[in-house]
Amino acid sequence: MYRHKLSIIGAALAFGAGLPLADAARAGGTLTVGMTAGDLPITTGNPDQGFEGYRFVGYNLYDSLVLWDLSQGSKASDIKPGLATEWQVDEADHKRWIFKLRQGVKWHDGCDFTADDVVWNIRRSTDEKAPEFDPAQFAQSRIYLVNTAGASKIDGHTVAFETKVPDSLFPYEISYVMMISPCRAKELKYNWGEYALRPSGTGPYRFDRMVPHQRMELVPNTGYWDKARVPKQDRLVLVPMPEASTRTAALLSGQVNWIEAPSPDALERLKSAGMQVVTNIYPHNWTYQLNFVNGPFTDMRIRQAANYALNREDMKDMLNGLMLEGYATIPPSMPYFGHPKLYKYDPEKAKALLKEAGCLPCKVTFAISTSGSGQMQPLPMNELVKSQMDAAGFEVKLEPMDWNALLDVARAGVEKYPQYNAINISRQTQDPYNALIRHVWTAQWSPGGSNWGHYGNPEMDKLVKAILSEFDAEKRLALLTQLNERMNEEAVMIFVAHDLNPRALSPEVHGFVQAQSWFQDLTPVSVAP
Amino acid sequence: MGKYILRRILYAIPIAFGVSVVCFALVYIAPGDPLQTVVPPDATAETIEVVKHAYGFDKPIPVQFVIWLGHVLTGDFGTSIATRRPVILEVSEALANTSLLALFAVPIAFFTGYTMGAVAGSFPGRWIDRLVTGAAVVGVSLPNYWLGIVLVIVFAVESLWLPATGMGPSGSAGFDILEWSNAKFLILPVVTLAMIPVGVIARTTRAAVAEMRNQDFVQTLRAKGLTEWAVARHVLKNAMPPVLAVMGLQFGYLLGGSILVETVFTWPGSGFLLSKAIINRDVPVLQGTILTLAMIFVAVNLIVDLLQSVIDPRIRRG
Repeated sequence: MYRHKLSIIGAALAFGAGLPLADAARAGGTLTVGMTAGDLPITTGNPDQGFEGYRFVGYNLYDSLVLWDLSQGSKASDIKPGLATEWQVDEADHKRWIFKLRQGVKWHDGCDFTADDVVWNIRRSTDEKAPEFDPAQFAQSRIYLVNTAGASKIDGHTVAFETKVPDSLFPYEISYVMMISPCRAKELKYNWGEYALRPSGTGPYRFDRMVPHQRMELVPNTGYWDKARVPKQDRLVLVPMPEASTRTAALLSGQVNWIEAPSPDALERLKSAGMQVVTNIYPHNWTYQLNFVNGPFTDMRIRQAANYALNREDMKDMLNGLMLEGYATIPPSMPYFGHPKLYKYDPEKAKALLKEAGCLPCKVTFAISTSGSGQMQPLPMNELVKSQMDAAGFEVKLEPMDWNALLDVARAGVEKYPQYNAINISRQTQDPYNALIRHVWTAQWSPGGSNWGHYGNPEMDKLVKAILSEFDAEKRLALLTQLNERMNEEAVMIFVAHDLNPRALSPEVHGFVQAQSWFQDLTPVSVAP
Repeated sequence: MGKYILRRILYAIPIAFGVSVVCFALVYIAPGDPLQTVVPPDATAETIEVVKHAYGFDKPIPVQFVIWLGHVLTGDFGTSIATRRPVILEVSEALANTSLLALFAVPIAFFTGYTMGAVAGSFPGRWIDRLVTGAAVVGVSLPNYWLGIVLVIVFAVESLWLPATGMGPSGSAGFDILEWSNAKFLILPVVTLAMIPVGVIARTTRAAVAEMRNQDFVQTLRAKGLTEWAVARHVLKNAMPPVLAVMGLQFGYLLGGSILVETVFTWPGSGFLLSKAIINRDVPVLQGTILTLAMIFVAVNLIVDLLQSVIDPRIRRG
């Protein structure tokens, strides 16, 4: 019997030896993406799996009232009308925003999109007593709806949003909130497990099928309201492949024609096989958030010294060029970058500052992760930071932990983890609130927000309040620029790198423009041999 | 015999209980949050509290354990936090996928390992023994994930003969082993998986056979004029019990799914499911998978013990 089994395998091997991989899965215009996600993103609205979930599932199945313009790659992406065609703050009440909704839009299930649907969606993520309340969606969208007091219908295609405090950045926050079909949810009696298998949105792709944990297949929504964004490929297949080497092998062997985040050491091999390696700057940072409650970093001179100690060019070389030197919270392409003080590599100056501050050698402990979403290559990068800082007079102790454990440290905040002088956690900096405000506003002190180390400065708070109350876009831009420059002046973080969002595409993939964003538009992509 | 089997089945109850207690405790001792998958990285403490309440994670840990155990006793393993699918469905699908690998890997591994060990043990100290023992040491020492990656590079990336990853063009839902376009996805993971137990089985068999050849009864058999083939048959049969015990353990490992091999090949089996549940702290899936795997180990060991007692009745009397 054993021999019989062996002979089957042997025959299979021999047969396989004569056959190159037939590409049934790649026939026609099928775009097959190898994602870095460990699992398929959830399909019940705001997805999980970080912004990769938003990129491939969220903004494909669904729309938000406000979308991101991903049509070009030469400047930072900004928001544009989505399911709402226009919006404005109520001049009589700055805590009220009026959104005009797009008419003639249909859900994938055929129902009409109306103002009632928007109100229902907001209740679903905010009102624990509503029958449509979904705790998972509450969790996923809370960070964007934390300032939302409620939504109400004005007429069939106009909605008013109440905010808890005046919030000039509200359109950015609502851009992250996906709208799902109440029709389908009611039909399935709010069974979200079922909904995940039969999702219905208004987005450019319709859900076709899914094999849990393995693949999700989307097809073009030919009736999409934005005719310019009806997908050009026949089918979009999403496959979770958390291992970088597996993604690379899958692309080289023709199983997928698009992979996210190839590892830097695979670039040469990919290029030599004719693959397109695409990169672009985008709003991401790889920094250390600092402890402002106790320890050396409460002294600005030491924070500045840490920034002067870093030779970011070396870091870039180590990553085969796959990063931009980080000198601020946001990359220079952001409109509110301004002219901040840049801490260029100067180890002597770093040492002098440490001496002046009376902290030489200056002992600090960093909490770091071994991997994680947006963390790039955390172990070698942290080792290099340590060696550079040690050479300039620090004594850095790295405490590695798994991503989940580091998230726990980040959420709980400095008061629960005073033993750490800094945490290495990369952040999205796509909109002004997430890019700047949350890191320095006292209202965002952990565990209530993302200001992990409890940075506090009354002047900075005043500036934040002015930004949130400024509804004139140009004036607000000036204030945001001022905030970024102040943050650099005070060296509120140790700035290291900005990722370049690398992805590799097979030569048969055409029409992709990489936007300066965490999100990307796949609709213009076609696949032709 | 019936009493013996019943006794062994009853032993499984405290084992299952112990496994679930240890597993439950480990999940909570480890840093991180069981709601990792449902809350985004930037979630605030207030958000986490609301969600914990909604999912019942705000109750004391012993209470959570008792509730979980109560449900399990009625056959309800709960729902995955990450996918919202019933855990029983998640585990059974993954086990079916792993069993498919094991179905091929087990005979390959056992036949190869046993043959190698038997040959080496029959010619102790000779060149064939050295060769086989050397190969077995290499086999034991070789990290299987490394071997998997090398096989992928050679057979998938460089030669394009076989697919590198996954479970067919439509995933496990449409997997048809009789279709070559599906079956070829099995080859690399099966070969990699089969390499794990070959070395161990070969070494155990070699030791057992070599030891048996020095027993007095072998001299007696030869004195009675039996041919070397007939003597070898007796030696191999008597050397079987320890080999069978090792095979049983290895069979359990293979059915449990190798986390590393399944991760390298993105094979949606129980090892892959387990690793995802650990990373995501998906407690219901973690508990369900570990409990099921523990029961499989208990069942396999029971079957092996019964087989051993058939081969060697002295074991049953003991």
